[in-house]
Amino acid sequence: MTDRALAVVRAGALTTMQDRGRPGYAHLGVPRSGALDPYAAALVNRLVGNDAGAAVLETTLTGCAVRPRCGVTVAVGGAPCPVTVDGRPVAWGAAVRVGPGAVLEVGAAVRGVRSYVAFAGGVAVGPVLGSRSTDLLSGLGPAPLADGAVLPLGAPPADAAHYEGVPWRGVPREVVLGVRLGPRDDWFTDGALRTLTTCAYRVSAASNRVGLRTEGPPLERARTGELPSEGMVLGAVQVPPDGRPVVFLADHPTTGGYPVVAVVREADLAAAAQAAPGTRVRFVRAR
Amino acid sequence: MRALEVGERALLLEFDGGEETRAFHAELLRRRAAGLLPAVREVVPAARTVLLDGVADPGRLAAEAAGWEVPPLDARTGPVVEVPVRYDGPDLAEVAALWGVAPAEVGRVHTAVEYRVAFCGFAPGFGYLTGLPERYGVPRRTTPRTAVPAGSVALAGPYTGVYPRSSPGGWQLVGTTRAVLWDPAREPAALLSPGLRVRFVEEGA
Repeated sequence: MTDRALAVVRAGALTTMQDRGRPGYAHLGVPRSGALDPYAAALVNRLVGNDAGAAVLETTLTGCAVRPRCGVTVAVGGAPCPVTVDGRPVAWGAAVRVGPGAVLEVGAAVRGVRSYVAFAGGVAVGPVLGSRSTDLLSGLGPAPLADGAVLPLGAPPADAAHYEGVPWRGVPREVVLGVRLGPRDDWFTDGALRTLTTCAYRVSAASNRVGLRTEGPPLERARTGELPSEGMVLGAVQVPPDGRPVVFLADHPTTGGYPVVAVVREADLAAAAQAAPGTRVRFVRAR
Repeated sequence: MRALEVGERALLLEFDGGEETRAFHAELLRRRAAGLLPAVREVVPAARTVLLDGVADPGRLAAEAAGWEVPPLDARTGPVVEVPVRYDGPDLAEVAALWGVAPAEVGRVHTAVEYRVAFCGFAPGFGYLTGLPERYGVPRRTTPRTAVPAGSVALAGPYTGVYPRSSPGGWQLVGTTRAVLWDPAREPAALLSPGLRVRFVEEGA
């Protein structure tokens, strides 16, 4: 009898399954998707002995709770949060054994936004185009978790290499995003480019897996009119008509018609994804 | 051609017109198939641009691409996909009026030309098809529909498209197809991918 599965006790505000996503299909209109904080997803996988690309749970602010039907090694990382098993506190950021039928409670994020939960063997929902990632923009991959849902788990790795003391990045109080201007910086005034790279913005509550929306001084256009839709990259800083920059995250559309004033360094995007609404964001020119 | 760097690992190639863009996209695919292109994760054509994403050295690729001899697009080469259509869409009469033909003639006009998938976007497997002469361009509906059925064959601006699944949409619906536009379990998942030639064939008239 195959009992390698877990039941969802509390889905939380938004909990999705994520791996490395679906690169290579943008020309068909398929977003890349994948874990917004790929470093955290890779580390929790390592802690339970999985490949870095195994599917994990990605929570949003309020955590989640699951009840594995079998004994399984788990690890919770990313946004720091309290973790309990059947009500008893256990370690965050380390491998923890959960007995069959016990409830793993991933609490609300103390700082940051997204916690990651890895299970030895990974979440084994059927892949779509090679990935188990939930893509919220186009609806590909598994649906977000719902209370009572049952998710299959993969076979545990044969030699569960356990690591102690993996390095976790802190969640900074202010997020600094290195940008390179372009490709459409010429659509903005010099003043707007100075504003972007000198003024402080704040993370808007309207942010999601598609983009980090900001509040702050609007960027003034040097030209009017519409740009024909063009291909978009991860980290693109798109400026909609309201002038507030939006940083494209993993579920971003593959093409778009608002001008991209700059592009954020990929290495800085995990910090963007962990920036809670209200967090200060600064864009600095990186070369 | 204008080459714009996009962050550290991507390049946006911009062209004066659609035909030039299509021709350059075809050249990119030829070079990629022949192993003559450095590793590129994504090749994303759009109306007047081609994005190359996941490139180790965008500056070098830009310099290289500037020297390529790109032949004009040959309308007779490349695979052709036939899409069977019943011209029974709810906007048939409106489109017929815009074209100055009888509703029963819309299918004849629409099937008389060959199309090419210029690019995809909006939803997985939604292709923007060019080929309809300019005088047949139609505006989007002033009020988009909240739900357009999957398989709807639709027109907007210079483009023809087929809705891969039910979704909101503002295009003028002229017909329906039983072809499956998008099936992630199929290889290839998208029936219409950029560069393909497409013919619409009227059925059950």
